[in-house]
Amino acid sequence: MALYFLKLKLIRFQGIYFKMAIDTERVQTIEEIEPFEAAEEINGGNVVLIDTREPHEYQEAHLENGKLVPPGLIADEIAEAAPDKSARTILYCRSGNRSAIAAAQLQQLGYENVASMSGGIVQWQEQGLPVVSPSGMTAEQRERYSRHTLLPEVGVDGQLKLLNAKVLLLGAGGLGAPTALYLAAAGVGTIGLVDDDVVDASNLQRQVIHNTERIGMPKTASARIFIEGLNPDVNVVEHNGRLDSSNILDVIKNYDIVVDGADNFPTRYLLNDASVRLRKPVVSASILGFDGQISTFVPYEGPCYRCLYPTPPPAELAPSCSANGVLGVMAGTMGTLQANEVIKLVLGKGEPLVGRLLLYEALGTRFTELKVRRDPDCPICGENAEEIPESEMGKFPDYDAFCAGAGGDR
Amino acid sequence: MATVRIPPVLRPKTGGQPEVEASGGNVGEVLRSLTGEFPDTEAQLFGEGGELNRYVNVYLNDEDVRVLDGLDTAVKDGDTVVILPAMAGGAA
Repeated sequence: MALYFLKLKLIRFQGIYFKMAIDTERVQTIEEIEPFEAAEEINGGNVVLIDTREPHEYQEAHLENGKLVPPGLIADEIAEAAPDKSARTILYCRSGNRSAIAAAQLQQLGYENVASMSGGIVQWQEQGLPVVSPSGMTAEQRERYSRHTLLPEVGVDGQLKLLNAKVLLLGAGGLGAPTALYLAAAGVGTIGLVDDDVVDASNLQRQVIHNTERIGMPKTASARIFIEGLNPDVNVVEHNGRLDSSNILDVIKNYDIVVDGADNFPTRYLLNDASVRLRKPVVSASILGFDGQISTFVPYEGPCYRCLYPTPPPAELAPSCSANGVLGVMAGTMGTLQANEVIKLVLGKGEPLVGRLLLYEALGTRFTELKVRRDPDCPICGENAEEIPESEMGKFPDYDAFCAGAGGDR
Repeated sequence: MATVRIPPVLRPKTGGQPEVEASGGNVGEVLRSLTGEFPDTEAQLFGEGGELNRYVNVYLNDEDVRVLDGLDTAVKDGDTVVILPAMAGGAA
């Protein structure tokens, strides 16, 4: 391909700038190669591959080992990307025009063995050749999650982990509502919701994903409407029913993390025993009045719920929110702390509340952290807990009897 | 004197106080001092044999007394004893 260059220079004359052509009809020839030829050379090694597009195009997809040098920055950045001027250097862009111009520029800079890939990455992909998609995200997703991807602790990789994460929320009520809200906003790709209740006016003081119009609607359906309105990236799975020993393993096995906001002890113990068996981390919180508790149970890495609470309390020590009342904001505080724990677990960053119980008392605005140890005698995760035989899988003790009278409120 | 943190479910038995000052050289004595001042807390903390109920967790500062010396764990002036029953409030 022959390129005609007119070198332009600004000349000042009587206070006015004029563009003057100083080199006319300078003809330069560059080498162009087809994508399959480029692929052969690249596979053979010893090729410097330069991507002469803009960063946002590069983010979407580029050739493996392609180094980004945007067209406007060639003079500044090419020496770093391609330090050896005698090395074979192949340039590509979207369709072959920018890389042809860049190839000519490189030749002028003294590069001796330059080629431009004709047809660019478009033709490369049309021929079925592989590209790297560093973001794996659409343009809309890059925009939506830009405040996440700017954080070194999240980045594009972390956001992709969130988009691929599957999180089950046990309860779409006080705790589940704020947790669902922030996990959906964060782009957690699959959110499952277990709840058999319908939206009631008395819920709306704290259950912020439901609204007045949806009173009477199943909470899982109402949650779906809210979540899908907030973030179309989220796949919502409704489990409109209650977990019991016959279905819990089937429900939780498809998720990476379970968030426990259950309103009764039988479900909390059942979830604990099933999650330890399937080695699913559980982020567990509870609220009452102005008080909240939260901890993260990662099976065999830290204690389980039974290590913390071996026996459920009697009914008089286990009042429910409906009997006792709860400050609506408390649900938000503890639910968003649960969402924070989930995100840390998904990213593999920070220090989850493993082996720690965080207490929050809202009237005094006081946080207290307590240590929770694994109980070597724990019947579920202890050192002497017997391996559960295959024939016993899915069989659980009678939790309602175990928790008789203990906060079984609905 | 130690500070005893009272969980919400026991506050009706302590006149609504979230914290109570109590004296004693060990955790058992501090709790007995509490039940002496607020007798209604007795049945919920201790079983008939005088042992701590299994469903009540007691911490000295941030450590579970079960991994220390239980009710015999020594208490210093300024220590905090936290009484913690399980809570299940969440969804409903």
